[in-house]
Amino acid sequence: MTEVKSPEVPAPPAAVPSELTPTGGRWGRLRPFLPLVALAVALILPYSTLELHGIFEGPLNSPGTLQLLAVCLVFGGLAAGYDLLFGRTGMLSFGHALYFAAGVYGTDILVTKAGLPLWQAAILTITGGTILAALLGAIALRTVGIAFAMVTLAFAQVGAILVARDFGGLTGGEEGLPLDVSGLPQGLVGVSNTVNLYWLALAYLVVVVLVVHRVSGSPTGRVLAGLRDDERRIGVLGLDPYRFKLVAFTLAGGLAAGGGVVYTLIVGGASPHITSSELTLSLLVMVVLGGPGTRWGPVLGGILYMYLDHRLVAFGTSDAVDALPAFLSRPLSQPLFVLGTVFILAVYFFPGGLASLAPRLALLRHSLRTPRRNG
Amino acid sequence: MDTVILLTLTGLGLSALYFLVASGLSLVFGLADVLNFAHGLFLGVGAYATWWAAGNLPGAGGDGFGFVLAVAFGVLAGTLVAILVELVLIRPLYSRTIEQVLVTVGLSLAGVALLQATWGADPRTFPRPDWTREVTSVLGANVPNGGLLLIIAAVVVLAAILSFLRWTRYGLVIRAGVENREMVTALGIDVRKAFTLVFAIGGAAAALAGALGSVYFGTVSPGQGGSLLIFAFIVVVIGGMGSVVGSAYAAVAVGLLQQFVNYYGTSGLGDICVVGLLAVVLLLRPQGIAGKVATA
Repeated sequence: MTEVKSPEVPAPPAAVPSELTPTGGRWGRLRPFLPLVALAVALILPYSTLELHGIFEGPLNSPGTLQLLAVCLVFGGLAAGYDLLFGRTGMLSFGHALYFAAGVYGTDILVTKAGLPLWQAAILTITGGTILAALLGAIALRTVGIAFAMVTLAFAQVGAILVARDFGGLTGGEEGLPLDVSGLPQGLVGVSNTVNLYWLALAYLVVVVLVVHRVSGSPTGRVLAGLRDDERRIGVLGLDPYRFKLVAFTLAGGLAAGGGVVYTLIVGGASPHITSSELTLSLLVMVVLGGPGTRWGPVLGGILYMYLDHRLVAFGTSDAVDALPAFLSRPLSQPLFVLGTVFILAVYFFPGGLASLAPRLALLRHSLRTPRRNG
Repeated sequence: MDTVILLTLTGLGLSALYFLVASGLSLVFGLADVLNFAHGLFLGVGAYATWWAAGNLPGAGGDGFGFVLAVAFGVLAGTLVAILVELVLIRPLYSRTIEQVLVTVGLSLAGVALLQATWGADPRTFPRPDWTREVTSVLGANVPNGGLLLIIAAVVVLAAILSFLRWTRYGLVIRAGVENREMVTALGIDVRKAFTLVFAIGGAAAALAGALGSVYFGTVSPGQGGSLLIFAFIVVVIGGMGSVVGSAYAAVAVGLLQQFVNYYGTSGLGDICVVGLLAVVLLLRPQGIAGKVATA
């Protein structure tokens, strides 16, 4: 009687995409709708005056909270775009910050220095960023693997130098370039309109997620996954790896430039730190923490990383941390120390990132429940 | 003429700094296929340990023999950190290249933040012997002694690494490992010991670069390693991964190009020319000057 259900061995989580595994129980049937639920929550969020103490400062619809959320959403989109390279095609690019920075500085310079209307500036910037990615990708993709990583890093460094040295007085150098808001649509200017920027960021995230899913579901996406798993085999099949990788690189660059346009509007200007290689490294951290190559992992990783990056500063100066001895409280007040350590631990203990947590927990629950039934 | 000599020698000083960082990177990459982002951390540890030793270690100081002792302490600290990183973090991920890179990325973020948490983000004045602030007249050009010190150190390190690779048994294992790691393993030699050794050599060279580079610049700051590291990566790619001699040639080319163009062109143009050189080398000779062969 007790042995009616023999404990079945769960399938290895990596073999089957999680969206294809029929999971039983109440939540299993709801699973496909979870993204829609999340989107609905994100949509009604600005209308809520809920106060979440310790999580956000002030109510949810206060401009400060909305701006933080908007930045988080943009980085969720950026991480999803970067995952197109790293998680889905297996290209380790260390220069993704360049295309994001091209979007930020492109918009800022075209609006502030050239006085173009926003929509023209945005179109020009995204086109320019895409072309830049295509050109540099064409050179960088002559190398593979680690050499590719180094070359993209070097190209991004040129971008950082160009911005920092302020050639022609365009970028404002170390001080950055505040956005001239006089020519912008009224709805995007001012503290009271932060909610519109939040919509914009949400729209960007949705667009990126749709594009990435569309691409990875298409025949091209299958070739990209093939390149990640075994590049030589794709070559043997008569397909040109170079061209497919260039397509992915260009697309990811264009998406990053689009993120730059939105980010400029949210932050109201450009500052040189976004050109640094640290931004690319943090994108990498986001994707790995979230789960490379998974549907929602990179988005969650990006949102969570930016949230922690902002909030850990407050956490680091809080009383609880200050009360600790100096050798603990000082490192804990550095967000990058906490995030870097979490990242290393994640590489060791959660190689699939956040997205792999659910199957792992299910496995754990299963193994915990089985002995009780037997005994 | 004076200007040309001055630029050549200061450029070579820069080359020396690049070479000290790149030689370890190149060996580590050639042997273990690890792109070590934490190399900048070793540099930072070397610089800060030297700075700390000069102020706190008994017998060490900012001048004379005390300074030598302080630098030795810094190099020792860098070496120990490098060995520790290899044993604790890199070794368990043996042959999983991407994970190894990710761990070194995490380490570079956390390590620099730790340095910053301990000693603050602002640059600190570095204790340096008085003679390094002075200049020596070489063929009519007044060259700062700090730069000459770097050049001498780099030449000594180059000679030491090359003779180690050529005339010792472990050098032989490393050279063979760079060329074909599987074959060395198949012959029953524990390549992982060589990994640790290569990390130790790289860490020592980077820590020396940190200490002497801080003497040259006069200050020490947590982010110092990061910006140097990018040019060291470029030097490694141009020189050919795994080749110490290639790194030396590439370091000289990069340092001189950067110095001359930055002087005669706009400031910053030299850095861009270096990346241009990288692009040209990749288009014409993707495996770098010396390819993936350990020339010793």
